[in-house]
Formats: sequence, C-alpha cells, structure tokens
Amino acid sequence: MPKLTIDGREVEVEAGTSILQAAEVLGIEIPRFCYHERLAIAGNCRMCMVEVANSPKPVASCAMPVSDGMVVRTNTPVVAKARRGALEFLLINHPLDCPICDQGGECDLQDETMAYGQDRGRFAENKRAVKDKDFGPLVKTTMTRCIHCTRCIRFITDVAGVPELGATGRGENMEVGTYVQKALSSELSGNIIDLCPVGALTSKPYAFTARSWELKKTESVDVLDAVGAAIRIDTRGNQVMRILPRTNDDVNEEWLSDKSRFSYDALLRQRLDRPYVRRDGKLVEASWAEAFAAIVKRLKGVSGQSIAAIAGDLADAEAMVALKDLFETLGSPHIDGRQDGAKLVGPRGSYIFNSGIAGIDAADALLLIGTNPRKEAAVLNARIRKRWLRGGLTVAAVGPKADLTYRHEDLGDDPAILAAIADGSHPFSATLAAAKRPMLIIGQGALARPDGAILLGLARKIAEATGMVSPEWNGFNVLHGAASRVAALDLGLVPGPSGHDVEGILAAAESGEIGFVYLLGADEIDMARLGKAFVVYQGHHGDAGAHRADVILPGAAYTEKNATYVNTEGRVQRTRLAVFPPGEAKEDWKILRALSEALGQKLPYDNIGEVRARMAVANPVFGGTDVLEPAPWGPFGAEGTPSSEPLVSPIDNFYMTDAISRASKTMAVCTATFVGCAHERTGTHG
Amino acid sequence: MSSSAEQSYQPASFTFTDENLIKAKAFIAKHPDGRQRSAVIPLLDLAQRQEGWVSLAAMDYLAGMLGMAPIEVYEVATFYSMFQLRPVGRYHLQVCTNLPCMLRGSADIVETCEKELGVSLGETTPDGLFTLSEVECLGACVNAPVIWIGDEYYEDLDVESVKTVIRALKRGETPKPGSQKGRSGAEPLGGQTTLLTPPAEQQNREGGA
Repeated sequence: MPKLTIDGREVEVEAGTSILQAAEVLGIEIPRFCYHERLAIAGNCRMCMVEVANSPKPVASCAMPVSDGMVVRTNTPVVAKARRGALEFLLINHPLDCPICDQGGECDLQDETMAYGQDRGRFAENKRAVKDKDFGPLVKTTMTRCIHCTRCIRFITDVAGVPELGATGRGENMEVGTYVQKALSSELSGNIIDLCPVGALTSKPYAFTARSWELKKTESVDVLDAVGAAIRIDTRGNQVMRILPRTNDDVNEEWLSDKSRFSYDALLRQRLDRPYVRRDGKLVEASWAEAFAAIVKRLKGVSGQSIAAIAGDLADAEAMVALKDLFETLGSPHIDGRQDGAKLVGPRGSYIFNSGIAGIDAADALLLIGTNPRKEAAVLNARIRKRWLRGGLTVAAVGPKADLTYRHEDLGDDPAILAAIADGSHPFSATLAAAKRPMLIIGQGALARPDGAILLGLARKIAEATGMVSPEWNGFNVLHGAASRVAALDLGLVPGPSGHDVEGILAAAESGEIGFVYLLGADEIDMARLGKAFVVYQGHHGDAGAHRADVILPGAAYTEKNATYVNTEGRVQRTRLAVFPPGEAKEDWKILRALSEALGQKLPYDNIGEVRARMAVANPVFGGTDVLEPAPWGPFGAEGTPSSEPLVSPIDNFYMTDAISRASKTMAVCTATFVGCAHERTGTHG
Repeated sequence: MSSSAEQSYQPASFTFTDENLIKAKAFIAKHPDGRQRSAVIPLLDLAQRQEGWVSLAAMDYLAGMLGMAPIEVYEVATFYSMFQLRPVGRYHLQVCTNLPCMLRGSADIVETCEKELGVSLGETTPDGLFTLSEVECLGACVNAPVIWIGDEYYEDLDVESVKTVIRALKRGETPKPGSQKGRSGAEPLGGQTTLLTPPAEQQNREGGA
C-alpha cells in the first residue's frame, strides 16, 4: 500500500485512492464541487487543487491517485491562489442572488466563497443567462446558477440509471438539461437537489417556504416503503417543512426515493385530528370519552370469536403489540397484520431480506420473483444497479416485464417457471447453482395471492437447491412493500388457533359472523366486504378506512411519534417525534392502552419503556436496534402446483401506495405527470 | 441552441436511405463489439448529408441504432458546430471572420454575400437555396479570406470572386474550389519559389556513407 505525506503527516492508503480521499483519512478537508464520494469522478470544477512535490503545477486532488512517497501540501499560498482563481472563474457567471436563492445557508459555493472568495470582482462584462428547464413537479431549476459540476448528470445516469440529463452545447454555451423538454422520470430524482452544490436545482414543493437555519432537525426513519431509509425531518414550529435523507451505508447509502422525500405535505392534509362517531349514518365529531363509550357499548357481551383486528401498512410495532395483547385479552383469535394477504408465517428467515440490503453488494446471481423493485423499493433497486454496474452480476426475473435500470433476463411471468427452476430443469438454475453468492428476491406480487404459500415454498426449494442458504450466506430475500409487515410478523400478528386471516375476516364480516372489526391504519382492504360490521378505524389520515368507520380514533403519523419499525431486512429502527400530532390525535399505543382501560381489560404497560420491554418478550429481536442477526431457517411454504395466473407487481403507481402518499398533493401531481390520470381521485371517487 | 428541439420544423421521423444504411453499417462495423457508439460522429455526418441538417428524429434514430441514450447523441451533436441542428439552405456559406481573414478583407466578403443573397448573417434565402453564416477560424489562414461551402473551401477571395462564386451557385454550377487567384494549394502566386530541385542525398554528419 502506498505511503504518502500530506501536510507533513504520513498516511498509508490503498493503491488507487485519490489524494482527496487520502486527505480525508487524515481529517484534512479539501474543498470540492464536482467530486462526490458516491459518484464517478469528473474533475472539472478545479476547486480541489493541491500542491504535489516535483509537480510543476497544482493538481486536482480528486482525480489524482496517490503514489508511494508522494509529498502533498494542501495549505500553501500556491494552493490558496489556485483555488481563489478557480472560484473566481466559477463566480464569473454565477449570479449574486443568494438572498433570493433557496440554497442560501446550505450552499457549497457560498461556503467556499467565504473561504476563498475575493472581496471584489474583476469581471465587468455581462453574466451569461441560461433558460430555466422544466424537470417536472419535483425539481425546480434556476440554470443560470449552474456551475457545471455535472453531479446531477452523473447521478441520473449512473445511480438512478435513467440517462435523461446531459450537458449540451460547449464552452460558454454549455447547458445542463434534458435537451428535449421532459420531466425526469426517475423515482430518485429528488437526490439531485441534495447533490447540487449550488442553487441551480432546488426542491419545488419546498421552494421559498423556509430557510435552513430556522429548521429544527430530527433524525428518524422513513416508513413509506419497507426499506426503512434513514431520514432527517426538518421542522419549523409544528410543521414538517421537508424531509432529507441521512447517510446509512447499510440501508439507503445517502439516497431517498421521491415518494419518501416529497409526501410530507400530506402530513397537513386530510388529517384525523379528533375522534369521530357515526350517528344516523353520519360521522360526527366526538370526544375521546364518547368514542370509547361507543366502542365499549358495542363490545359489551360480545364473544371474542366475533371480533377481529387488522393492522395496516404504516402501523408501528408498539401499537401492534398493544393491539395483539388487547385482542388476546378479549379472546379473539382473528388478528392479522398482513392486510395484503401475504402468505407469510414461519421462521424469521422466511419473511425477511436475509442477506441484508448491503448483502446485494456481494451477490453474483440474482433471481427476482414477482417483484418490480424499482417501484417497490427504489433505493434498494439503485443498490442492485450499483452492483450490476460493477460487473459480474447476472439478473433474471420471473414476473412483470419492467425497465429495472439494469440488464436482466426476462424469464416470463408464469409461476410454472419457478417450479422448473426449483427442479433444475430450467437453464437459470444452473446459473444460480454455479454462483458463489446466489440470491433471490421474492416480492409481495408473488406472496399476496391465493397460492402465495406454494410460491413461497417453491422459492425456498430454489434457495435450498442452489446453495443460497449456508451458515455464512443467506440469499433468500423477501422484499416487503409495507413498513409495518416485518414487525407484525415478528410480534405474531397472525391468526391464532382457528382464527381467520384477512381474507377470512372479510368473508366472515360479509356473512355477519364477525360483527366488529378494528382497523389499525388498514386502508388497503376491500371496505365493501366489511358488510354490516361495526368498524373502528385508528389512524392518521382520512382514507378508505376512515370513510367506512363507525368510530374513528385519531392516531399519529410517523413524524409525530417515537415508534419502532422493522424494515424488510429485519432491522429494528426507531422514528423520533419531530412534531406533535395535530389536534387531539395521540400516539397509537397510548390509544389502545386507554381503550383497554375503558374496556376493563387494562394492558399491563404504562410507558413506552414498558411497551418495548413487552415487545422484547414477544420477540427478542426488539431487544436492540439497528442490528442484523442471522435469522432462523426451517421448513416453510406449501407444496403444490401454483395457478397459472401471471405474476404482477403489487404497485402500479409508485407515487401513491399508502394513506400518506395518497393524501399528498405533490404525489397527485407526480401521478398525473408520470402515471397518467387513471389513478387520480376525482370528486365522485369513493 | 436547445430551443431548436421544440420547433415545428422538426420532422416526425427519420430513417437512413438504403444506400446510407449500408454506409452506416460499414462505419459501425469498424468498431469492436460493445463500442458501436464510437461511430456516432460519422453517422451524424451521414444523417446531415442525407437531410441537409441533423433533426431531433435523426438523433433519436441514431441513438436507437447505436444503443445510446438519446441525450448522449444530443450532447455530441450540440458540441460540434459543424452539425447543423436547424434547417439550412442547399448551399451553406460559412464565412470566416477571424483575425487573418478580417485583415484580408472578410468584412467586404460578408457585405458582398449579404448584397448578392439579400439576407443577413444567420439567415436563409426565401427560396431555401442559401444560408449565410459567420464561423470561427477555418484553419486556412494562409489563403484568407475563406468561405466554406459544403465540402469545399473557397479561398483567396475578393469582392469580385465572391460574386462569381455565388452567381455560379445560383446557376446550379459548381465553381472551382480552392484559391480563386489560381494558386495551387498554399503556394505563392506564380508558383513555387523554393525547393525547385530534388533534395540532395542526405549527408551523414559523421562523414562516410
């Protein structure tokens, strides 16, 4: 490994490291605009220049690999002069409009100008003006501010895999854009806002609503898909102003999908901020006591066999354990945390993403089953693309035809192909068997169907037959779409003995056998099938569940509570309270705890610590956070022949998948732009 | 530049003629497998020769042919000023006005062109025959002033010879390219003045054979 000296300090780094990275090892920060550690190296901003002994001119440290015995100096007058010069050139055409620029206060160019800027300009000519581009409903452009670092182009081309941005023209006429007018169709387009070192690309929904220094920053996790990306919630007063990604190399690196980033406007819209009770067919405002009284009245003398509970996609673990405990006390076996009907139950290894998201980096063969990860987990899909770009990953898909941003073999959408792969008669099983780290990803498109258990069994057979499961590697991966699902399964929110699952609950409600259904944020079930049942809806948005409900109990959204979620990998993570729930809404487990008291079946926990202790008893994984333990493996899935129904993705509109994103105006505009108007709610909808 | 992408003159589609398709395949075949995109510049040129300019449809067609993202073709086509991204006349008169040509009277050349054609720099005649534009150095300073038309340079121009060239083009003739003063290449007027005899056999400095 080459050893070099930077500013008189010796450092040994791997061959191929750039000077800039080596300096970072020593904690020496070198200014940069175009360099970004997760993007290809461009070397065009010339801000990172350093002096290297025996080199006649300063060199760009981001693009210069280290060599043994190199002597680098980063703080000499020559370096300072070179950077001042580079910055002066950048500022020649950069407008001095910081006071009206949304990047103000968090702008790399502003910061570097404080360090290397001059107090007066020597350029008396006119600055160039560039026509603004329309990048769609999410990214606002002020292209006159662009300094041509090309970070956005490299991100969209390499990471997002949707080559739509480029630099056209040359010299003074160079412009970054799409050339033909079109909206960026990537699900990750919002990340170019973070990457832009100046104010050329800013957030359209956030435009002119806040300044970075007036925001309170709360570190949390995202729950709008099952990836559990690390986020930072920026709030002012009691309002979420924006959501940004945080770095978590094991999960989202530093990217965030557009849905997770831009749905926050829904946190103020269609909120359930007080309890409601249905009287004479109409929902009317009520107090908590009245709402509880209505439930208590309805449940008086009712047997546990005729009541049921369903937990939805955004439910947190604390609320789900309280729901489970309450229904156990009430004597009901009819509880299900899989509102989509996924046939998942069994050892933990059968329902999580065993290899971990970071495990994708090690895989060399991948089989996708009934999933379109680009829509179901956009950030995870970018990880697959990153692995694919490195070379040596073979991908094949049994499921919907889709542009996944990486080349893959489309094996068809007939479930029978899975049987062929499992028994080795399909050519791809040889590819999997020959791979050192084979992996499969099975999505809810395969599991949430009547023969899901058979498909799950086939997937297990494929995994076992091709050596995916060994003590040091488990490539059997379930990709969830809902943030609540893994926690629900960990806590055992599955029907008890002789209990009904979601399908059974709906059938029983239809026939009148079940007369009371408790929906914990469950909106994606067929409400019409609830028949005459008395429905309690606990949740935060006025979506399908609330429309059908007889009693509404207002809960807290993920930005408004300290709650536990388990992502698709089985990683236990906590959201943090960034703002308080609106109106009379309460944290969800507290509502269930209060209801239990009203029902005379007081749950044995009084604070969140005790709830979490209870969760750890139910499943030891809740004992810690952010750790991945190898999950137990065992027999699961069913034998049989799957139906010939083609495999499809459970998501047809990436932008609207849950109560929050459906209430978002921004997501409605995205839907209209990218998906077409077919899914937009109209005045007569529902 | 980018504004030309939204103009109504953009044709709906483009395909190579059979003859050009054979040429295009020959260009592509020169590059190893997986590097077909290296043929993008000759193919853009071929498209320009077929259409007279490079339309958006042509660039999209080439992107499909070469397995490139359309934006990558746009980047190349907009980088080189020789690719015309909007329609030009059959004869595209590109007058050099850089320093050597300017010193040798390019301003008069531009004025004469404008008078003869009745259009200003950057415009096309109503009959669609001529486009007049100003370009940066064409690299033929030794024979300044210079106009570039199609594949040919017209050099050593003066007001009269420009008129002759334009009138010949108007008649549909092809005027003789190169120096309009009868010079051969960049030789002095009246022929070579040096190197008139074949070079003597090279002498070895050390002596001997």
